[in-house]
Amino acid sequence: MTGPENRLWGCRGLRVRYGGTVALDDVTFEVAAGSVAAVVGGDGAGKTTLVRALAGTVRPAAGTVRRPDRRRLGYVSAGPGVWADLTVDENLSFAGRAYGLSADQLEVRVGALLERTGLAAARDRLVARLSGGMRQKLALAMAVAHEPELLLLDEPTTGVDPVSRAELWRLLASAAADGAAVVVATTYLDEAERAASVLVLDRGRALLAGTPDEVLAATPGLVVEGPARPDGVPSWRRGARWRAWSADGSTPPGTSPVSLDLEDAAIVAQLRQDQPRAA
Amino acid sequence: MSPPAPAPLASAAGATRRFGELTVVDGVDLTVAAGEVVGLIGANGAGKTTLIRMLLGLLAPTAGQVRLFGEPPSRRTRARLGYVPQSLGLYEDLTVAENLAFSTAAYGSSDAVLEGELAEARDTLIRDLPLGLRRRAAFAIALGHHPDLLVLDEPTSGVDPLQRARLWETIRASAEEGAGVLVTTHHLGEAEQCDRLVVLAAGRVAAAGTMAEVVGDTTAVEIRTPSWEAAFTALDLARLPVSLVGRTLRVPGANPASVARLLAEAGVDADVAPVPASFEETFVVLAA
Repeated sequence: MTGPENRLWGCRGLRVRYGGTVALDDVTFEVAAGSVAAVVGGDGAGKTTLVRALAGTVRPAAGTVRRPDRRRLGYVSAGPGVWADLTVDENLSFAGRAYGLSADQLEVRVGALLERTGLAAARDRLVARLSGGMRQKLALAMAVAHEPELLLLDEPTTGVDPVSRAELWRLLASAAADGAAVVVATTYLDEAERAASVLVLDRGRALLAGTPDEVLAATPGLVVEGPARPDGVPSWRRGARWRAWSADGSTPPGTSPVSLDLEDAAIVAQLRQDQPRAA
Repeated sequence: MSPPAPAPLASAAGATRRFGELTVVDGVDLTVAAGEVVGLIGANGAGKTTLIRMLLGLLAPTAGQVRLFGEPPSRRTRARLGYVPQSLGLYEDLTVAENLAFSTAAYGSSDAVLEGELAEARDTLIRDLPLGLRRRAAFAIALGHHPDLLVLDEPTSGVDPLQRARLWETIRASAEEGAGVLVTTHHLGEAEQCDRLVVLAAGRVAAAGTMAEVVGDTTAVEIRTPSWEAAFTALDLARLPVSLVGRTLRVPGANPASVARLLAEAGVDADVAPVPASFEETFVVLAA
């Protein structure tokens, strides 16, 4: 029997260098079996490097990575990850065989995956003729063909429309419901709100980490909103209105407190980091 | 009495575009007035790109009417328009300053100002800039000739939250100076920044109004249970559009009683309650 400590994957004090550039610096991140964790950040924040380090394709300069055996790992890279000149069926069979599934296992598993991803009607279609959302679903199906313990996805929802995005998240949740630990890299904080835990990266460092509730609760001061830009406090737009961060918890004139979301929490954390005197 | 509404900067009335047998845009009404930010939201294939191409004057409507500044789109109306595609439309192997010079020559004038980090990067090739700065360069260049109408495709995708907030500050400042802004996007975070939304599904307007109006009384069913895995599997097998939020499950547009029955049949102990749907959930219901 596997103890719970064996079902926790991630990294501790991870540092990754590309030549002279530090891509990740002292990053600690954990994901438990049966849960979805989100890694969030903009272009260049280090998301891809972290996913690659967890997958074992990047060698850390320092720190430790804890991952299952390669054959118990599923990985969807940010690139296409599917073969455009093969059919949907052929892609799935190819992935399944690569992970050592027998012909019988393969038939059952491919059928179930086609059903679950809604790709059954397209099984004989060439991948080159699928929409972006369908390709992402296929790539995900290929990564879970062998029922991995750790599933890693690098920006699976970038450029994907909301309907396909909802379906992709349903597929991720279903992998977690089957017991996988799922790591999703994304640039969107509204997606991270669905995850059991969140790591926000900024220039290779952890900016925020914890469950979404922990991250919100750990934000110091007060986030307020008003119709005009308040004086003397860092502020940002939210639609036609302004939001601002009051470090001392007071409410600036013309504003009222609002309950913050992860987007606000990340903005506050970036402001505190970039302007330490404002904090 | 309120003053008369100013004429819209851009409008579509019953705009329809067919390609052979296929109707891609089907009787769409849309207006963008001075000073407002309108979000055009739709799944892939909903007709967003075709509608934008008609508004830009690149494609004629098969039926209905499209107007820019009160006239059919033309070369003249083009000069009053700023367009930033998702791919940004910059020359990757020219510097920031060279891209600006090129655009200035095309429009006859520009007083685009390269400020802060962008000023420091003026002699850097676009392809060597991080995405956030590339986006800021595209904005500065598109805004340089003070367009009356800005058309932006996924204007902040790929950047971090603070950069996103700063880009929206620029967009909002243009609107406050009187420009109309039309944003096409996939993302809730961007839809939230708009004054009004037009939701396209299968070429038609499925909903329009503020985000609160679009969501209206759409509900989702929220499921709290100590065994979310079993509940998820049962609802997924029943082909419901179930989603996981932390350890809570949600099913947009579903009937609470039938969800409760399905869970009872699967032997899952759960609290089931209707809750207001999120914008994204409403979108999934509308697009279905």
